[in-house]
Amino acid sequence: MDIQTDNILLDVRDLQVFFRGDRTIARAVDGVSFQVRRQETVCIVGESGCGKTVTALALLGLLPSPPAEIAGGQALFNGRDLLTLEEAALQSIRGRKIAMVFQEPMTSLNPLFTIGNQIEEAIRIHNRLALAEIQERCIQLLTDVGIRDAHRRLADYPHQLSGGQRQRVMIAMALACEPDLVIADEPTTALDVTVQSRILKLLRDLKERHHMAIQYITHDLGVVSSIADRVYVMYAGMVVEEATAGELFNQPGHPYTQALLAALPTREKRGQRLYNIAGNVPHPAYKPAGCPFHPRCRYRITTCETDLPDMVDHGNGHLVRCPVVDYPLEEL
Amino acid sequence: MLSFIGRSLVQKLITLFFVAVVSFLIIHLAPGEPSEIDPLNPKFTPEIMERMRQELNLDKPYHIQFYLFYRDLFTGKTVSWKDQRPVMAKIWERFLNSLPLFIIGTLLTWTFSFPLGIGSAINRGSPLDKSTTFFAYMLISIPGFFFAYILIILFVNWLHVPVIGMETFGFSNAPPLFQIMDRTWHTVLPSILGATAGIAVLSRYVRSQMLEIINQDYVRTARAKGLPTETVYYRHALRNALLPFVTMFGLILPGLIGGSVIIESIFAWPGMGRMAYEAILARDYPVILTVNFISAVLVLVGTFISDILYMVVDPRIKL
Amino acid sequence: MAETQTNQLSATGDSALLPPPRSPRSEFWALLRKNRLALSGLIVFGLFFLVALIGLILTTGVDPVVDPSTVRLQEKLRSPLSKANISSLRPEEIPFMGVYLLGTDDLGRDVFARMLQGAWVSLTVGFVAVGISVFIGIILGGIAGYYGKLHIRLDNLLFFGLLAAVPLATLSGNIPAAVLAFILALPLIGWLRRQSDQATVPSPRNQFAYLLRTRVFSVDTLIMRMVDIMLCFPTFFLILTVVALLPASLYNIMIVIGLTSWMGTTRFVRAEFLSLREQDFVAAARVLGLSDARIIFRHMMPNAIAPVLVSATLGIASAILTEAGLSFLGFGVPPPHATWGNILSDGKAFIFDAPWLTFAPGIVILIVVLAFNLFGEGLRDIFNPKLRERN
Repeated sequence: MDIQTDNILLDVRDLQVFFRGDRTIARAVDGVSFQVRRQETVCIVGESGCGKTVTALALLGLLPSPPAEIAGGQALFNGRDLLTLEEAALQSIRGRKIAMVFQEPMTSLNPLFTIGNQIEEAIRIHNRLALAEIQERCIQLLTDVGIRDAHRRLADYPHQLSGGQRQRVMIAMALACEPDLVIADEPTTALDVTVQSRILKLLRDLKERHHMAIQYITHDLGVVSSIADRVYVMYAGMVVEEATAGELFNQPGHPYTQALLAALPTREKRGQRLYNIAGNVPHPAYKPAGCPFHPRCRYRITTCETDLPDMVDHGNGHLVRCPVVDYPLEEL
Repeated sequence: MLSFIGRSLVQKLITLFFVAVVSFLIIHLAPGEPSEIDPLNPKFTPEIMERMRQELNLDKPYHIQFYLFYRDLFTGKTVSWKDQRPVMAKIWERFLNSLPLFIIGTLLTWTFSFPLGIGSAINRGSPLDKSTTFFAYMLISIPGFFFAYILIILFVNWLHVPVIGMETFGFSNAPPLFQIMDRTWHTVLPSILGATAGIAVLSRYVRSQMLEIINQDYVRTARAKGLPTETVYYRHALRNALLPFVTMFGLILPGLIGGSVIIESIFAWPGMGRMAYEAILARDYPVILTVNFISAVLVLVGTFISDILYMVVDPRIKL
Repeated sequence: MAETQTNQLSATGDSALLPPPRSPRSEFWALLRKNRLALSGLIVFGLFFLVALIGLILTTGVDPVVDPSTVRLQEKLRSPLSKANISSLRPEEIPFMGVYLLGTDDLGRDVFARMLQGAWVSLTVGFVAVGISVFIGIILGGIAGYYGKLHIRLDNLLFFGLLAAVPLATLSGNIPAAVLAFILALPLIGWLRRQSDQATVPSPRNQFAYLLRTRVFSVDTLIMRMVDIMLCFPTFFLILTVVALLPASLYNIMIVIGLTSWMGTTRFVRAEFLSLREQDFVAAARVLGLSDARIIFRHMMPNAIAPVLVSATLGIASAILTEAGLSFLGFGVPPPHATWGNILSDGKAFIFDAPWLTFAPGIVILIVVLAFNLFGEGLRDIFNPKLRERN
């Protein structure tokens, strides 16, 4: 292992989050482990419903419980386990050490408060500053995230802003206390494609300037290629592959990752029919035994149906949860 | 803003006009006339009946009657057919009797339902939530008159206090302190009864509103900022949850005149509700129509006030 | 090795990964079974229906099994479960099984029999009144929601004005005016129609006719203003007034309660229709060229029915309460017939001597109304898609 352990900011080990129904238990997150190092952008990729968002919310203690229930694992942030912290201790971490940007900018801002008010609040709860300083910092933040006329915008209400602007405000709010880690949960999914690329660029710039780490959650491999340092691929509540961004795109290991890449439209595939993964993502309460991907897998062997494969190390921090790797991608 | 006020005033005046027409038609198109109220009474000879009809304008076409009635109403000359007293004076006197019940009832309703509703929404599924839900359903479903009798039995049997009427008969010469105590005891039951259903309904409404808001994305955002739980609930969630209740402030107004017919008649409370009840029994059209008209005015004024309040409170509404 | 299995993606194995499919109905029952309060509401409602039906059969006819109107003055104010004093009664006066299950009232009538008779009254009042209000509400709300954007033109207004003039003039006793309006109405209406139909584009020649095409207000405005007007009336007072003025009969009560409580349903249905109208499946139905009636009743109504059902269930509860209140005040069903409200009203003079006269009907009303309220609220939860997803 060539990872410098002291550089690890967030170390999630075997996280399990279950949703208890009347007769079923939905294992939404089923043994997820990943690390985020300082000043690194880590992407968590997967289809909707694979547990990406639940993982993020579980870290910050934002899951409604019941029905959600953290069934096991650890999440060490600077050496402290987030999952066992008291609510009060968590509150001092939320916003100050770990901030979050949500998927839906349209509904994530409180409609009855001005945006100035909402950013100020984020600063004020974690810092003792004079009113003028807070004001100044707000304007600075808004300018940083690319909102023009920031001092005038402070008095605006969310409904007066466009979706992209609202997401910028959300990002400004997340940066308010200079957190070590920003968790961005599909921040660009609800936005237009042009706005999307601008927000991505903004995030990249801000990361450099503020020396923070980003845990970026997305289902969009295009986004991954433009922002990620390292990538975790999730499927049915599990991490199935971990690699640097370059490795992942050049040598995808897991059949699921391969299928995802094959389904991506590229210039070379012009005119061809895009690949389509047969079958459906399993419902979290009705997962198959063995490898969760085996019913859809073209390469499955008999043990896949009974035993969950371990992560296999292929060197350079490339780990794949599959006993049979190294298949030719061209076949797809 | 001004144009909104102007438009809405015109609209409300038109509505009021139609309310006046409809209530007039309902009353006058129903079979029977006040002059026929007691056909077996030998004093009512056909001649007297005819004279009564003339005096009461009942022999004129409806549109003339309509005009005459509302002319009198606006010039304050309407008199009750039952006892020839001016209707406005009558209503005012009864209104003052109903006012304490209304004020205490409203205060009880609003002070109890909000804490209960918010508390049970925040602690959803807790014993507090379960018991308030249970009592709310009981109070919504219990017939007011039955509940009134249960309370009367309890009060009279256990506390031995008189509860019927506004004061105990023959108590007007008692020392002032006793008089005040007596009055208070008489007021307690009717005002509690007036408030119970309101508390039940309103607290359920507050609860569902609050639950709805707690699940909104922006509440999660507030939590993600690291705000303390109380701030999240009472600053971010509550403010949004309270928006619809601003409109309800305006809707209290009509309660001023409504009174409760049933409760006031059980407790022999000489208030608005009982007066309306007596007027209906006596076919005292001027009183019925006037009560109706005033309550329609109050409804319209109430909705107008809530519209304005909404504009003040909700930044999304700008006119 | 891997190659051997490459092409076997079994479709059967795949379906095992999804939750077992459930029809909307079985899902409804599953949710209802979980909501214990709502389920008990439904059970009580079923029992109440049975009891009311049995009560109707047992208490009607020439020689009813339980007789609610036999007066036995020597047996007055007997307490519940007391045995009838058979020696003092004529054979036809002996109560069912010789026991006064719920005691007797001040005239010695069997309260149990009267309660049975009253059950049917409450049931029919609840259902018929709500049926009327839901019917009006669906029609008006549906029109406002679906055709709301259509405008009423000046000539339409004149048309209805003339039509309305006839009955109005008749009612106010002005017969010549009525006849005149009647004679004038038909040709005038025809002329108005012709004029306005021709004047689709303004020109100096048809200024008057074009004026007739002025849009006065939309259908939606009309209906919603009607709702506003109705909401201005103090409901219970209005019902009381009308019931007091009309001859005492059960049907009048049902109709009056129905006619004064349709506003909520109208608003719900309108709101649902407004949002449904904009949805793609309705647009698709329209593109297919389906008739308006088919779109409204086959495609939109089933989607709008949930809030209507909820408000109807809650409406039944409140109609039963209103009827009981009216009976209590002495209005409504004429005396020998028993209703829960008038049993309670008759008993109020004896609350200390014969509390069962107050408690029997009071508790029964409470239970029945509670059942409807619980079931209605339960339905609301079950129909709420947000709550559904959590399962």
